[in-house]
Amino acid sequence: MRPEPADRYPLLSVRNLRKHYPLRSWWGGKGSVFRAVEDVSFDIRPGETLGLVGESGSGKSTIGRAVTMLNPPSAGTVAFEGTDLAKLSAGEMRRMRARIQMVFQDPYAALNPRMSIGDYVAEPFRLHRPGMARAERRDEVEGLLARVGLDPRFAQRYPHQFSGGQRQRICIARAIALKPSFIVADEPIAALDVSIQAQVVNLLQDLQDELGISYLFISHDLRMVRYLCQRVAVLWHGRVVELAEADALYEDPRHPYTRRLLSAVPVPNPVEERARLRAASLLPTADPDATGGLVEVAPGHWVADTRYA
Amino acid sequence: MVREAPAQEDSAQAKPILLDVRDLAVAFDSEGGAVHAVNGVSYTLAEGETLGIVGESGSGKSVHVLAMLGLIPRPPGRITGGQVLFEGRDLLALPERALRTVRGGQIGFVFQDPMSSLNPGMTVAAQIIEPLRIHLGLDGRAARARARDLLDLVRIPQAGARLDQYPHEFSGGQRQRVMIAIGLSCRPKLLIADEATTALDVTVQAEIIALVQELKREIGMAIVWITHDLGVVAGIADTVQVMYAGRILERGPVDDIFRDPRSAYTLGLLRSLPDLSRGRAGRRRLHQIEGAPPDMRYPPPGDPFAARNVYATARCLAEAPPLVQAPGAAPGHLVAAWYDLPARLAAEEAAR
Repeated sequence: MRPEPADRYPLLSVRNLRKHYPLRSWWGGKGSVFRAVEDVSFDIRPGETLGLVGESGSGKSTIGRAVTMLNPPSAGTVAFEGTDLAKLSAGEMRRMRARIQMVFQDPYAALNPRMSIGDYVAEPFRLHRPGMARAERRDEVEGLLARVGLDPRFAQRYPHQFSGGQRQRICIARAIALKPSFIVADEPIAALDVSIQAQVVNLLQDLQDELGISYLFISHDLRMVRYLCQRVAVLWHGRVVELAEADALYEDPRHPYTRRLLSAVPVPNPVEERARLRAASLLPTADPDATGGLVEVAPGHWVADTRYA
Repeated sequence: MVREAPAQEDSAQAKPILLDVRDLAVAFDSEGGAVHAVNGVSYTLAEGETLGIVGESGSGKSVHVLAMLGLIPRPPGRITGGQVLFEGRDLLALPERALRTVRGGQIGFVFQDPMSSLNPGMTVAAQIIEPLRIHLGLDGRAARARARDLLDLVRIPQAGARLDQYPHEFSGGQRQRVMIAIGLSCRPKLLIADEATTALDVTVQAEIIALVQELKREIGMAIVWITHDLGVVAGIADTVQVMYAGRILERGPVDDIFRDPRSAYTLGLLRSLPDLSRGRAGRRRLHQIEGAPPDMRYPPPGDPFAARNVYATARCLAEAPPLVQAPGAAPGHLVAAWYDLPARLAAEEAAR
């Protein structure tokens, strides 16, 4: 790995991450494994958003859950601010969770339907700051709700009384309660209507500007990924096949899978989109077969397998 | 008196009207009162035309097609008014038996989730053969041969061998292809696709759309493509219809809707998309539409978008605007708005 300048010291450093799931074995025979994620390495810098794209089953969510230790990796290291998370005791990991948070696709499933949203947002304080006075906790919750654009008077209400976009704001309010430095956002806008997506994306950006939060942004919305993320990693069959600055990746994709993926993205402009459809029908659809170690083909632009460099 | 011939009648002479929806209204009874899901939707679809319907959840875009096919549960659903003329026959007035010969026969449909639309306990062959026997009266052998051809048509490799497999043996994209094969099995005059590619990967979506475009050229069917993805609509639609809170707010030729939107809601949707024409470096903060759609148990008396619309006037809040030809816009470009969006935008530009 290249030495990083001190000021760009990575916040999160993932090396050779692997997640295998055993498949059922018959009659005591040797079971095989499903290789969900294989040899994935990347860094996330302070205040940076790294996009993770790829089709369903490519290992996006598995990586998100592995780096937060919600579903620890089979092998490889996840270092957060220099600390190897796998080596932490349960108690140390619990304290670490104040710094690492997650936001999920389905805000309704993430919320507890029988807990008022005020109690839900206050829960991290009860768990991590048991000494906090009730009045102070209430003030904090009101501040958080206001910060994500919700009326603090709504604290007594329950999740079913909110729309999808509001529910996602509630989840974000809780995620930022303990001032984390890193949030894994796994398809946070996929379940939201178009007119609401912009509200949530703007909120994520504002929070990054104010609090310096780094994000791992997992999404299948490739246009939003280019908009939001400084760098983007493309996953294919559990491996990173390309990683680059967002504009470099979208304007000069090197790996055949990246090219195929990007050429399939619809453009909301009738003239351009009809031209894209005509051009796309001429592209070969064969899957690339080779993936190897990442090679740097241009500054900061990494591609698997030198044949595509 | 000079009789004005609307543009739509001109095009109607060129291509006969296939579907004529007139003032359709649908409500669902719930504990908190009736939810007015569709509130007077009227439009026509010509033979061979592709209509893209965009709108968010609760806009009535899905419910109104389910209602026209007799597929909403009644109760709690109720069709509270309107007609749906398909080749001149009112589908809403047809007895269930007669409707069944239209549905799946002349009108094919594909819904979002292929796993819940396919029967997991029946082979794929059995599910494709069923409509062929019912609607076309084919015998077992002919139907099976046709089912094989259909799987070929939707590009499922080794179609013959896969006929006797069950849905779980197919990937998500392949299951959606099977649904399209069933939707197209009786060479429908109209294909209704409701978020048919939303759950699929973007590469699979691209293949399905290319396939539907190709089949459209072969069969010449009309398509109603319901989606929230403006990119997909931009590529395949002839006409775009924007729905909100159970109403049509804007409708017109696809290029005009994108170039010259007349409804503040359409404009808001287009502006909320990331503009990547100058790359990430040249990006601007996303335009966001504040607020949320109205509670349709208590539909607002006026323009349903008025509460979120910065251009709304007092009249917008009080009185629902009719869907009429937008002044100065392309023929057939209709809008339901009391405010004049181009004038308001020009004034904003001048003030800047």
